[in-house]
Amino acid sequence: MNSSGEIGFKPLNLGRWVIWGFTALVFIVAPQVFGSGFARALLSQMGIMIIFALSYNMLLGQTGLLSFGHAVYSGLGAYFAIHALALIGKGTLVFPVSLLPLVGGAAGLFFGIVFGWLTTKRAGTTFAMISLGLGEMLFAASLMFPGFFGGEAGISGNRTAGGPFLGLAGLTFGPDLQVYYLIAAWTFLCMMAMYALTHTPLGRIANAVRDNPERAEFIGYDAQRVRWIMMMLSGFFAGVAGGLSAINLESVGSGAVHATVSGGVLLAAFIGGVLFFFGPILGAIVFVFFAFALSEYTPAWHLYLGVFFVLLVMYAPGGLSSLILLNLRVAKFGKFSRLRDPYVGVLGAALALAAGVALLIEMTYHVTLGIGTTPKVAVFGFPFDTGRSESWVFVTALLGAATASFEYMRRRFKVEWDRITVEIEDWRRDNPEEDS
Amino acid sequence: MTLDLFLVQLLNGVSYGLLLFMLAAGLTLIFSMMGVLNFAHTSFYMIGAYVAYQISSWIGFWAALVLAPLAVGLLGAAVEHWGLRRVHKWGHVPELLFTFGLSYIVFELVQVIWGRAPVAYQVPAALDGPVGWLQAAGITFPQYRLFIMGVAVLMLCALWLLLTHTRIGLVIRAALTHPEMVEALGHNVPRVFMLVFGAGCALAGLAGVIGGNAFVTEPGMAGSVGAIVFVVIVFGGLGSLAGAFFASLLLGLVDAFGKTSGTSLAALLSVAGIDVVPGSFGYPVLSMTLSQVAPVLPYLLLVLILIFRPRGLMGTREN
Repeated sequence: MNSSGEIGFKPLNLGRWVIWGFTALVFIVAPQVFGSGFARALLSQMGIMIIFALSYNMLLGQTGLLSFGHAVYSGLGAYFAIHALALIGKGTLVFPVSLLPLVGGAAGLFFGIVFGWLTTKRAGTTFAMISLGLGEMLFAASLMFPGFFGGEAGISGNRTAGGPFLGLAGLTFGPDLQVYYLIAAWTFLCMMAMYALTHTPLGRIANAVRDNPERAEFIGYDAQRVRWIMMMLSGFFAGVAGGLSAINLESVGSGAVHATVSGGVLLAAFIGGVLFFFGPILGAIVFVFFAFALSEYTPAWHLYLGVFFVLLVMYAPGGLSSLILLNLRVAKFGKFSRLRDPYVGVLGAALALAAGVALLIEMTYHVTLGIGTTPKVAVFGFPFDTGRSESWVFVTALLGAATASFEYMRRRFKVEWDRITVEIEDWRRDNPEEDS
Repeated sequence: MTLDLFLVQLLNGVSYGLLLFMLAAGLTLIFSMMGVLNFAHTSFYMIGAYVAYQISSWIGFWAALVLAPLAVGLLGAAVEHWGLRRVHKWGHVPELLFTFGLSYIVFELVQVIWGRAPVAYQVPAALDGPVGWLQAAGITFPQYRLFIMGVAVLMLCALWLLLTHTRIGLVIRAALTHPEMVEALGHNVPRVFMLVFGAGCALAGLAGVIGGNAFVTEPGMAGSVGAIVFVVIVFGGLGSLAGAFFASLLLGLVDAFGKTSGTSLAALLSVAGIDVVPGSFGYPVLSMTLSQVAPVLPYLLLVLILIFRPRGLMGTREN
C-alpha cells in the first residue's frame, strides 16, 4: 500500500502479473507433480477450501465480522447445486455442469441477502452468537426435512450427466484430473475476483466499517448496509465453493451444514492470517493438510489442529502469513543470519517437544480406544508397546527433557528477536523517508 | 394434557432451566467483566461431569460434588492466568478465538482420556427413584431432578449473597464497570478477573457434576448444550444476569413442553376452520408436530427476539 500519499501512475504492475502468473502455473503443474489419486483429491479439496476461506475472510478480515455459521452459505450452495445436478441427470434441466458453481453461488447470494439482513443488524460478539444460532438452526432443520436435505445419507448426483464439455469428446469431468482442473479454474477466477474486490471503494469502506464504524457513518456510509452487502458477496463465493464440492464429491449430506464446517473455515482463515489477502489461501492449504492428510494417520488430528491453533492465537495472532512477512522483513534488513542459530535451536527443541506430545497422545489414545488387539502402537514408524512401562518412562523422560530445552531455546530466541525488532524500529524511526 | 403431566413437565422445564442458568450465570459474569465470551464455557461443564464420574468411581458421589467443581475452578483459573491473560492485549476477537480453540482441545482430550463412548456416570443410589410425597399424590417425578433444583437454587442464592453482601462482591461489581478506578484504589484487578473466571468455571463444573448423570456424559455434551446457552445469554440480553435467568427458565420450559407436545400448525389451523390436507401448500411444514420442531425452537426464539427487540430481553447496551 502506498502510504506516502503521493499519487502513483503505474500502467503495468509487473510484480502483480508475476505473482498471478506464478499462481496459475502452480495450479496447472501441481497435479502433474503430485500424480497419485489421493494427492489429486487433496489438491481439489485445497482449491475449494481456498475459495471458502477467502470468502470467510471477506467477513472476518475485511469487515470485522466474526462468523460461526459460514457453513450455512456453502452448505445451502452445495445443496442447490446437487439438486440441479440431479435434475440435469433426469433431463428436466439443461445446464452445463461446469457452470453449476454459479447455481451454488446464486443460492449463497440469496441466503446472504435473507439471513444477512437479520445477522448484520448487530456487529461484534452479538453477530458471532447470531451466526452460531443460525448455523445450529439450519443443521437442526436439515435433519427435519429429509425431502430437501436427504438426511445423513444426503443427496447424490452424477457429474458426468451433462455430457462432454463444449462438445469435446472425453471431457466429461468424470476423471479426477478433469475435476481438478475445473476446480482450479474456478478457484483462480474467484481468487482474482475477491482480490479485485479489496481494491474497490466497497472493499475500502468495508475496512473502514471494520476499524471504526462510527466514523464510517459520519462520512455518510450506513455501516449496517456495508456489512450486509459484504455478507451477500461472501455468501455468493461460499456458495460457489459449496457448488464445487457438490461436483467434486457428487453427494451432499447434512454434514455440509454442520458446525464443524463453520469452525473449520474459521480455523483455516485464522491459521493463515486474516490481515493479508493471501493469508487464508495459505491457511486453507494447511487446514486441508490437517483435515484430510493427517486424519489418515491419527484419530487425534482435531487435537493437533486445536493445539496448533491455540498456539498461533497466543503467540502469533496474525497467523502464518504475518510470521512469514515478519521474517522477510528481518531478511530485508540483512539481519536474518543472526537468527539462524536461535532458529535451529528453537525449532529442534520444538520438534522434540511435538514428538513427545504426539507420542503420549497416540499411546494414550491407543489404550483408551483399544485399537487393534496388540498393545503395540506405531508412531512415526516406530513400534511402541503400550503394555510395557518402559515405553511410558521413555515418553515422560522425552517430554521432560524437550520441555526444558524448548523453554531455554525459546528464551534465547526471544532475546535475539526482540533485539532485532528494536533495531529495525529504531532505523525506521530515524529514516522515515526511506521506509516503504 | 392432564394436570399431572403438566406439573411434571413444568418441574422438568424448571430444573433444566435452572441448570442452564448455572451455565449462563458464569458466562454472563465473565462476559460483563472481561468483555470476552467464553466459548469453552460448556467445555468446563463437560470436564466437570467427567471429573465427577472419575471421582465418584473412586470415592463416591458426595465427594465428587465438592471436589470436582473445585478442580474445574482451579483449571479455569489456570487457563485464565497462563492463556487468556496473554491473549488479552490483542483484543476481544483473539480472546474469543482462544476459547474457541480451547473447546476443540477439550473435546479431543476428553476422548483421549475417557474414550468416545458415553461413560457410565450414574445417579447416586440414595437419590435414585421417584419423589415419595409426589408419588403419593399420583405424580411420578425423579428425586434427582428435585436435587438438581435444590443445588442450583442454593448455589445461585450463595452467588447472589456473595455479589451483593460481601467485600469481594463489592470489588467484583466495581471492577465490572470501572476497572481502572478499582485498580487505582489498590485492588489487584487481574487477580479479580482470574477469580471470576475460575468461579464461573467452577459453577459450570458444578452444573456438569449434577447434570452429567441426569443426562448423558459423553464427548458431545459440551457442543449440544453450548449453542443453547449462547441463545440464552443473547436472548436475555448480553451482560444481564436477570435477563439470563428469565431466558434460561423460558428455554427450559420450551424444551420440556416442546419435546412432548403433539400439536402442529395444521391442528391449530383446523381449529380456525382451515383444513390442511396432504398436497395443500406448505403441508410438510404445517403438519409437523411441536415435538418434531423442538430442536429448532430455541433458535427461532433467537431470530424472533432479534427482529423485534435487538438488544435482548433485558439488555441495556446496543453492542
